[in-house]
Amino acid sequence: MANGIIIYIEHLKGIISDISFEILGAARKIADDTGMTLYAVLAGKTVDSLLPGLGKADLVITIEDDSLEMPNPEAIADILNDVGSAKGITLFMVGGTNVSSGIGAILSSKQKIPLINLCKNVRHENGCILATNQLFGGKIFSEIKIEDSKGVFCIYPGSYKSEAGKSDKFPQTEKFDYKPKVSKIKFNKIIEPDLSDVDISKEDILVSVGRGIGNKDNISLAEELVAVLGGAVSASRPVIDQGWLPLNRQVGKSGMIVKPKLYLALGISGAPEHVEGMKDSSLIVAINKDPAAPIFNFAHYGLCADIEDIVPVLTESIRNKKG
Amino acid sequence: MNIVVLLKMVPDVVEELKIGDDFKSLDSDWLRYILSESDEHALEQAIILKEKYGGTITAVAPEAPEVDDALYSALAKGADRVVKIKGEWDIYRAPGLAFVFTRFIEINNLLGEHTLILSGSQAIDDLEGELVYYLAERLGLPGCCVVTSVQYNSDGNSITLLKEFSAGLRGEFEVSLPAVIGIQAAENPPRYIPIAKIRSIMKTQKIEEIEIPLEGVPPGIAIEKLFEPVGLERAEFLEGNPEEVSRRLVEIFSEKGII
Repeated sequence: MANGIIIYIEHLKGIISDISFEILGAARKIADDTGMTLYAVLAGKTVDSLLPGLGKADLVITIEDDSLEMPNPEAIADILNDVGSAKGITLFMVGGTNVSSGIGAILSSKQKIPLINLCKNVRHENGCILATNQLFGGKIFSEIKIEDSKGVFCIYPGSYKSEAGKSDKFPQTEKFDYKPKVSKIKFNKIIEPDLSDVDISKEDILVSVGRGIGNKDNISLAEELVAVLGGAVSASRPVIDQGWLPLNRQVGKSGMIVKPKLYLALGISGAPEHVEGMKDSSLIVAINKDPAAPIFNFAHYGLCADIEDIVPVLTESIRNKKG
Repeated sequence: MNIVVLLKMVPDVVEELKIGDDFKSLDSDWLRYILSESDEHALEQAIILKEKYGGTITAVAPEAPEVDDALYSALAKGADRVVKIKGEWDIYRAPGLAFVFTRFIEINNLLGEHTLILSGSQAIDDLEGELVYYLAERLGLPGCCVVTSVQYNSDGNSITLLKEFSAGLRGEFEVSLPAVIGIQAAENPPRYIPIAKIRSIMKTQKIEEIEIPLEGVPPGIAIEKLFEPVGLERAEFLEGNPEEVSRRLVEIFSEKGII
């Protein structure tokens, strides 16, 4: 096996992303199983305040530069490439988030090693690194085997519990010298979401609509249900992209991460990028016409039915119950 | 302004997906192909930019079932030129596609000072990551994905774009041209084109066909096996007519203290 594994610690606005702890936990297990050293790369304008809690790494390699204020995939891939070359390591793990999007592909191009994307379970078995990937909206999984410890594994958010990567220990650190290159991409500003009418991440009940709702008019079915049940109407990406609901209602990878007491999914297939945003809800009920919809792998209760048939009757039943 | 839009077809996941006898690929007898969803948004973003700023759009896609429909539809929406790259395509992995699209751009001399190359941010079969970054690396251009808005700047040499992060946060970036941009969602939903308009385009316009030598295409990682998700805890399914299941749901909501 290789002598080490390098992971990237993603952070945004001074907070380490959950994906970094997921990867720390997963990589720690592989390092323990194989005797490899686990290196974590932490890059930013200033990074000292982010170091506590990264104790699961054997060594945190820090890079500080004004140009690294915002995560820039080109620069991060450059840094990981340089650190890999300096340490003689060709095994990497990065996050499959929007923030880290591109790091894996650029690093793979630079190192001429494969990128294995959409990983939900990376592990060591019999001298090889194996990965399970979720393809086709989570309907089909694949298995990939890397025998020579050369590859970039891109971890799908929510694949591991982040707790396994958390630690109270302050890590050992080492500064790494990095000369930033001139970038053709300039960061201007961060734009915060408009939460003036509703913040769906704070609602106890969400009635969430997906592509299966059929048309814009049917959103009123969800709104009428919310009127008697309480909570708010949220949505998956296709509904937002159609302009049927505003951006602040989006649940998932680019949208909000929600953990309500009840998440009622209407016509949502359960693509991984949506599930990432709602899988930790206390009670998940899914209504979908397709019995093979991946959402049923995450819901506690499922109904294989047409929304237009069920929702008005459910609304009436709740109204009667509440009197 | 010159815009090149890179498109590819993917299996429609609304249909049933069956694994082939080799357990390494999908059974093609069962597949229905559609244009990759974010590619459809990339095409829409190109048309929005053309309407605002002028210029020409070249849309290109590798050969695949139903690809002619997608390319005629692109013409009907406003593309000036559509091209099909001929060949037997078993897989559409990003590193291989980046190789082929790079050759296409070079052979056709499409890379000018102000060229904007658009594609979908991601596809449902991106086992080896995003096309945009592989292509940007090959062409030595800046690349950026998960983009939801593109505007040309008044200097004519750069664009301003919005990139999605997480939790509703977005970043505004300025990127110098030429550039390769991955569209997650266009500023407007992809426009609907009546079938009659597409039929009339089919009679008057042609899809160009081109062959690209495939020597040197990266082979792509080998899949050990494909399988359907197993071992996951499935939902408890409620059965009955709408009144019966609604009654049961009300009971569950009451038990959990939700109502």
